[in-house]
This record gives sequence, structure tokens and C-alpha cells, in this order.
Amino acid sequence: MTISIAGVDLELFERGQGDAILYLHGGGGIASDAGFLDLLARERRVIAPSHPGFGKSSLPDWLDSVDDVAHIYLELMDRLGLARADLVGFSIGGWIAAELATKTPERFDRLVLIGPVGVKTGRPDKLDIPDVFAMPLEELDKLRFHDPAKYAGSFAALSDEELYIVARNRETLALLTWEPYMHNPKLKHRLHRVNAPALLLRGASDRIVSAEYLERYAALIPNARIETIAEAGHLPQVEQPAATAANVLRFLNGKADPSGARS
Amino acid sequence: MKAWHFSENAYPYLPPEDEYESIRVSLPNRHYDPKKGAALYDRYIDEWLIAEDEGVEIMLNEHHQTATCVDPAAPLVLAALARLTKKARLLILGNPVANRRQPVRVAEEMAMVDVLSKGRLECGFVRGVPYEVLPANSNPVRMNERQWEAMDLIVRAWTNHGGPVSHEGRFFHHRNINIWPRPYQQPHPPIWVSTTTPGGAGRVGARGYVQATFLTGYKGTPAIYDAYRKGWREAGRGNDVPVNRLAYAALLYAADSEAEARAGAEKLLWYMTANKVPLHFCYPPGYVPTQVHAQILRGAAIDQHAANRANATVDKAIEAGIMFAGTPDQVFRQIQRMYDYVGGFGHLLIMGQAGFLEHDETVRGIKIFAREVYPRLKEAFPDTAISGHQEASTARVVA
Repeated sequence: MTISIAGVDLELFERGQGDAILYLHGGGGIASDAGFLDLLARERRVIAPSHPGFGKSSLPDWLDSVDDVAHIYLELMDRLGLARADLVGFSIGGWIAAELATKTPERFDRLVLIGPVGVKTGRPDKLDIPDVFAMPLEELDKLRFHDPAKYAGSFAALSDEELYIVARNRETLALLTWEPYMHNPKLKHRLHRVNAPALLLRGASDRIVSAEYLERYAALIPNARIETIAEAGHLPQVEQPAATAANVLRFLNGKADPSGARS
Repeated sequence: MKAWHFSENAYPYLPPEDEYESIRVSLPNRHYDPKKGAALYDRYIDEWLIAEDEGVEIMLNEHHQTATCVDPAAPLVLAALARLTKKARLLILGNPVANRRQPVRVAEEMAMVDVLSKGRLECGFVRGVPYEVLPANSNPVRMNERQWEAMDLIVRAWTNHGGPVSHEGRFFHHRNINIWPRPYQQPHPPIWVSTTTPGGAGRVGARGYVQATFLTGYKGTPAIYDAYRKGWREAGRGNDVPVNRLAYAALLYAADSEAEARAGAEKLLWYMTANKVPLHFCYPPGYVPTQVHAQILRGAAIDQHAANRANATVDKAIEAGIMFAGTPDQVFRQIQRMYDYVGGFGHLLIMGQAGFLEHDETVRGIKIFAREVYPRLKEAFPDTAISGHQEASTARVVA
């Protein structure tokens, strides 16, 4: 399914029934998340767009920021008649989710950010997020997988069309995150507006989003808690889909222990 | 034909290659000794001055965070040359405008050099090689678009003489453009653009700027020149494309004896052998077309450094058309062969120094070329010739 918004032909996946989750994929694109989406769709209606310039979504000349993407998704919710939704975002998708939740906090009931980027909270002389554009792919795999050997050389198995999408995803990721690197300097001053309960999840072996980074991120959101997925890196939905889905759904369905929440 | 002495201001005093990951971007500058560097600047500038004395024009370029070219602010060296030289044309090839945040500042720098040199500037613009995006923190996506907007803005800044004008474009914003000084040459200094692929050449041809290509050899050059001529003609500039719109850069070493020429040429190969750069610096996402990027992810990327080293012999380089080396006769014939093969070019950009080619060797090469090859090139390939295969040979018969 494709929806046209402000010059973006948005590739959209939808499955499941129930209260809506707006699902925002990470920098690698949505292709690797299919199994995970199915797990969420067992209990909820999942609406999962490919971000502009990712997957088969087009990229208009004017679009060059995560903020632009967030505005596309506000319009998408209007077009789909979604007055409210839960947000689930991975990595750069977590950043988009955080931007959305600062713009129209009243439209989001619960917020799950998984290995999110988007804020700069550390020292100016040290990157909060390692420079993924300045390292060999093998090195990147070591940072983003708990078990990199399992995913080594996975590009070789892809068709030309699939690999084209992987390459294009990397390009759009660079376009959106190159400078300021992986963050919007304003976002941390806007997160006070987020009034939905938020869960910040992280794979225990994630070396792109560190535990300290996630702590500082959570501290910026009024009602946020942190949990960790064991034996997973930056893509827990790929390495531990069942555990991750269970964790996300437990929180979204309001079954999480409220005593763990910060407030 | 005009010949240009080009030197990259290399700093060759490096540890063994296996002790570092990359000669560019990440090589710690503790390996740079400022005292040796100062002596090298003196030496390289002296070589440019000798080239001028020999009637050869001057060319320089700019790279960043690299030992291969310690000239990260080429306009500074250009300003020094503007005062130290008297007659040579001064070609900067070029300003990496896709990586410069303020095109108007570039317009000011170039106008200033043009005035300092009393109208001897030839102003080149480049997109910049892929390893430049990290030193500049410059987004590798949409670089071509930035380059063209910057170039057009610079020309406008040079040619506007009626007080402040504004530019609110896609990438650059200036509310008050009114540069002092304005260029010495009117309406503005000649503009050059470099490329190593046919993609951009058509657009350069449409503008009529000078198109330069580097080490593209017999294999890559014809398609680039063809694209340029096509762009020129389609823009309504007429059927005849003058050879002086096209430039070719090659390694060149001429000497009295073949043995001496070969020894010098071997040292020039440092250009190819020293460029150790890992893949992740060579292919930032967005720099190459997506299709190419996908093939690189599949593992199709050539290890350019290994390939260069394997192919870095004088014979192979001559055969590929990226090097002209030998006695004056041999060098003339090699250039003639390339000229005829590509349909003619009006500028020969001579990479005449590299690595450990010492000062006296560099100077001997410049002098032999200038005295025994260059006069023959000027006679055989007049600036008034028309480029293109048939046109070029006709023009030569007439000449």
C-alpha cells in the first residue's frame, strides 16, 4: 500500500487488529523486521511505513531531516483517521517517535523507544553514538550484534533489488543523521512535553546505544522507565524477536509494573 | 597546448605502510614534522617558480587530513604564488565547493587572488574526493547539487557590481552579497571543473567551462570528452568545441636518457602506490550512485590500493595512458598518441613531483620537458584547434 504525502510516496505495511501501533523502523530499513511485526500483530493493529528514502518510499528533494519525517507521519495519522496511537520506534525510528511525541503529545498513549538515537547528552569532545559512517562494515556488525558471526556476510544472500534497498537506506540514513550527528540539538529541550508513559529498551550487548546514553535519554522524559533485552545488540527485534515483542506488548497493554516507572 | 606544473605538496616521510590503516583521514599528525614540512613548502614553491621561469604554467590543488597533499588551504599557497610569480597562469583545481559552507567566502578568496596576481587566476571547482567528506564533516548525499548551487552563486558574486544582492537557495543563504574586491579579470576568471566520470561532463560542457580529468587514461577519457562535447553542442554553443576547453592530467617525467627517465618515472608512481585508504573512507554512502554502492556492499569493491600497487609499473602506466615518460621524443609521441585517441585537449596538467622524487630530479624533469617537449607540443597542437576525432585530425593537417 502506498500513500502520497507532500511529495513522498510512502510505502506502508499494515497488519493485525486492535488499538493501533505506529511502528517506526531503524536505519537498516524495515525488511529485517517482518517476523517481529507479525508478533506484534497478534495482539495489535500495526501500521509500519518505510521512512521517506527507505525501502520503496520515495525521497523528495526538499526532505533532509528527521523533523521532516515526523511531520510526514503526523499527516499520515490524519489520513488514516488515527486520532491516537502507541509509538514503537527503533534507533532512528525511536528518534522520529520522540520528535512526534513532543509535537502532539496528546495523540500518543504509550511510547516505546528501542535503542533510540536523537539527543546529545554527553560531552562535546566525545561522540554519544559511534561514527557508523567511518568504520568497516565488519566493525559495525560487532557494535550492533550480540552475535555478529551469525549475521556476517548476510548481504551476499540478498537479491540485487534487496541490496539496492540496503544501499539506499544507508544513503538516506546519512542524509538525515550526518550533521548534527545522530541528534537534533533541540530535542532534549522538547522532551519535557512527552506525557505518555515511555519505555526505553536496549539490547544488553548494544554498543551503538550505550546504557549510559539510554539513562540520560530516559532522564529527559517525564515518565520513562528502562529495560534491557538479554543476548541482543542494537537490533533486538532481529536477535531476540520473541522476548522483545513480549516486552513491548506487556508495556503497551498496560501490564507493566508501574512501580518501576520514574516520575 | 598549455602545460601546467602540478605538485600535491606531498609529505612522504612516513612510517612503514603496514603500521598505519590509512594515509588519509585518520593518519595521526604526530607523523608530520613541522620543520620538515616547512622545508617542503619552500621546496615545492621553488619548483613552481622554476616551472614559471621555464615558461610552464602553475597548478595546485587541495586535500585535507592527508600526507599525500599537505595543502589543506590551497588559496593560501595561491596567494603566496600570486606575489612570488610574475607571468604564469595560476590554476587552482580546485576549490572543493561541495564542502565549503560559505560560497561567497570562496568568491572573495578567489577575487582577491585574481587581483593580487593582476588577472592570472584560473579558478577550478571540484566536488572533492570521497575521503574529504569526513575532514569537512560534509554530507556525502547531494554533493553534486551543492557544488552547482555554490558555483552559480560564486559566479553571481563575482559578476554583480551594483551593490548587495541576495541568494536564498536550497543549500546556501546570503542576504547581502557585495564582495570587495571584485575579480581583476572580466567578467570573471576562467572556470575549470574536474571529473573522472562522464556524468557531470555534459553539464560542464553546457556552461563552456574547462573540463579537466585526472589519470583517466585511454579507458576513461574518451567518454568524458564525448559527454562534454555533447553538452556543449546541445547548449547551442556551436558545433566546434575548442581544444582549450579540455584538460588532461597525467604523471610525466622526461629525461635525456631512457634510464634516467625511467628512474624518475618510478618515483612518480608514489602517487599510485602510496594511496592506502580503506574502503569505508572510499565509499561514504551517497557519494557513488546507489547501484554502485549496492555492488560494493556485495563485496564487488576493488581494493584500489592493491590494484594500484599491482599495476604500478612504468610500462603499465604508459600503456594505460596515465603516464608519459621517457626521452623527449618518446614523451612527445606518447602525448601525441593520447591526444589523437581522445580527440584532442588543450591543457596538459603535469603531475611532475611525487613522493621521493627529489628537488634536483624534479627540476631536471621540468626543464627537459619545458625545453625539449613543450615547444613541439605548442607547435603540433595549437590552441585554436577544434576537439573531436575528425575535427582534430583535420585541424592538425591544416596546422
